[in-house]
Amino acid sequence: MSVMEDLVEKYFRPGRLPHIWCPGCGNGIITGAIVKAIDKLQLDKDEVAIISGIGCSSRSTGYLDFNTANTLHGRALPIATGLKMANPKLKVIVPSGDGDATAIGGNHLIHAARRNVDMTLVVYNNSIYGMTGGQYSPMTPKGSKASTAPYLTIEPSFNLLELAKAAGATYIARATTFHVPTMVDVIAKGIQHKGFSVIECVTACPINFGRQNKAGSAAKMIEWQRDHAVMMGAWTRMTDEQRAEAKAAGKFPIGVLFETNDVQEYTEAYDEIIKRAQGGK
Amino acid sequence: MSRILLLQGNQAVVEGAIAAGVKFYGGYPITPSTEIAEQLALRLPQVGGKFMQTEDELAGLGTAVGASMGGKKSMTATSGPGFSLKQEMLGLACIAEIPVTIVDVQRVGPATGQPTSPAQGEVMQSRWGTHGDHWVIVVSPSSVPECFDLTIRAVNLSEKYRVPVIILMDEVVGHMREKIVLPDDYSQIETIDRKTPDCKVEDFLAYGCEEGSLVPPMAAFGSGYRWHVTGLVHDETGFPKNAPEATVNCYNRLRDKLMDNVDDIVEVENYRMEDAEFAVVAFGGAARTAYEAVDMARAEGLKVGFVRPVTIWPFAEKQMKEVAKKVKGILVHELNAGQYVLEVERVVGKDCPVHFYGKYDNSSATPAQMLAEIKKAMG
Repeated sequence: MSVMEDLVEKYFRPGRLPHIWCPGCGNGIITGAIVKAIDKLQLDKDEVAIISGIGCSSRSTGYLDFNTANTLHGRALPIATGLKMANPKLKVIVPSGDGDATAIGGNHLIHAARRNVDMTLVVYNNSIYGMTGGQYSPMTPKGSKASTAPYLTIEPSFNLLELAKAAGATYIARATTFHVPTMVDVIAKGIQHKGFSVIECVTACPINFGRQNKAGSAAKMIEWQRDHAVMMGAWTRMTDEQRAEAKAAGKFPIGVLFETNDVQEYTEAYDEIIKRAQGGK
Repeated sequence: MSRILLLQGNQAVVEGAIAAGVKFYGGYPITPSTEIAEQLALRLPQVGGKFMQTEDELAGLGTAVGASMGGKKSMTATSGPGFSLKQEMLGLACIAEIPVTIVDVQRVGPATGQPTSPAQGEVMQSRWGTHGDHWVIVVSPSSVPECFDLTIRAVNLSEKYRVPVIILMDEVVGHMREKIVLPDDYSQIETIDRKTPDCKVEDFLAYGCEEGSLVPPMAAFGSGYRWHVTGLVHDETGFPKNAPEATVNCYNRLRDKLMDNVDDIVEVENYRMEDAEFAVVAFGGAARTAYEAVDMARAEGLKVGFVRPVTIWPFAEKQMKEVAKKVKGILVHELNAGQYVLEVERVVGKDCPVHFYGKYDNSSATPAQMLAEIKKAMG
């Protein structure tokens, strides 16, 4: 048996597979990476909660054998926050899509980041609304074709990680479905980080993004990830000029982009409130 | 030992929540319910509970639903515009059967309406606000002491039936100050905790009911029973199921768990109804006028009684039919253009003339105004 088959046996619910994702979709790679990260950290399944909203990526929770919820579009973070407040011992992971996290759930995203609640948000960024058939999201690159942008998108896209960092996230990282070991590593570090972690996982939607934008086969789209992702070490070693050039060519850094442990985690801060309210008992 | 206090209805809700064992509140400030949030921010950490002021109304109920999944009794409070925003999450709580208590202190609507004026415009919204077929419990207090008692009852019902319970207040009751006697020690108050599973982990079915019950035991996340919460229609395993039979079973149980227990859930108060030949029906803040109007009618020799539904939904069908058998006419009074009256007409309209006195001019009726309406209706 391969390593992945062992992990499926251990962490996926029996009888729930096959998944609903299209052939060539990268969502399975990311869901696999989450499981590998959990296995790497040897977390107890009873102490992990995986809470999702709505969309292709959000369906991952139904397959995974943890405390799971597939809730409402954009609303996973508030539900996850309430759960974490109720039981701070739980390791809370939120798989989300680019539309779920940055459009309908955008307000919750910035406030979860601002509060620095100890949770790990894994954004499956396929640059499109897949489940509804290829409409543009706030992370669709400007100038793309979408079923709701037959004349190409005119909206600039969000830089998710800069947005999360500016809002107060204390750990931000990125990986692609080509760079699986990096993805496993940055997710594991994000889970370990005590605070709000945001991990952008760049993935391909060959059916609903790729076809409209003539991006080629699934394999071609993964090759695009290989050719455009630059490891954080190399990215930081670039001169400003080189970085500007790389950005202009559509390149982006992967790895841990930022981490700080200087901000108090929210549930810990709240425990101090309880102490104060109870007269310092 | 007890304390005699002068409290607002909103403050009495807070004490009721503490007494009921609420340990989490998530909400967003909105008039005329804000005092509930302010007071719970102070009170919850004193009892080891947690309060969050969330980024919006959606997250207010969202965090409460999440905390309830984590095993805590949870609550939110809002008013009209916020109640509209909470409808989506309320639907999730209905279908996933997450116990939660939602206070809606009604104001004049729609939209911003009149934020500090009384109205009862959310009678139908509280029943049908979220999309799709669903069943909820709605209760409506008329006094400050009742705000305390009914909040405890609402939390208990939500835990017992795994259903969102809405405390439908109005501005009058929320902001009115009245004398209330509260026990010093809440530990003697009867509270109900949701049933939790005691089977072997491998035998656990997320929505499997024990023999004779329609309410499945609920495991807290982290308790060792791993299960899946979903807003999709599901079968007893908790996983999505599209089959027609599974779908209808899912809905029927959500309905029957309440409708088979209306005797436990539905509460109606009768006032001077023993020999009444005519009945006034009103609830919440509007009921305040009715007591006095009925007394005035009695003083004039008119045999008028008063029926006050404390539980608004499920509708007090049995009780209303009994009233209709006794009286020659019913006058329904609401602070809206006609909502609860539609249900009264549906149930007893054939047996008894149903009149309506709706007031939607941002003020409560005076007893004299109501007496005039009673006389008009009595012919």
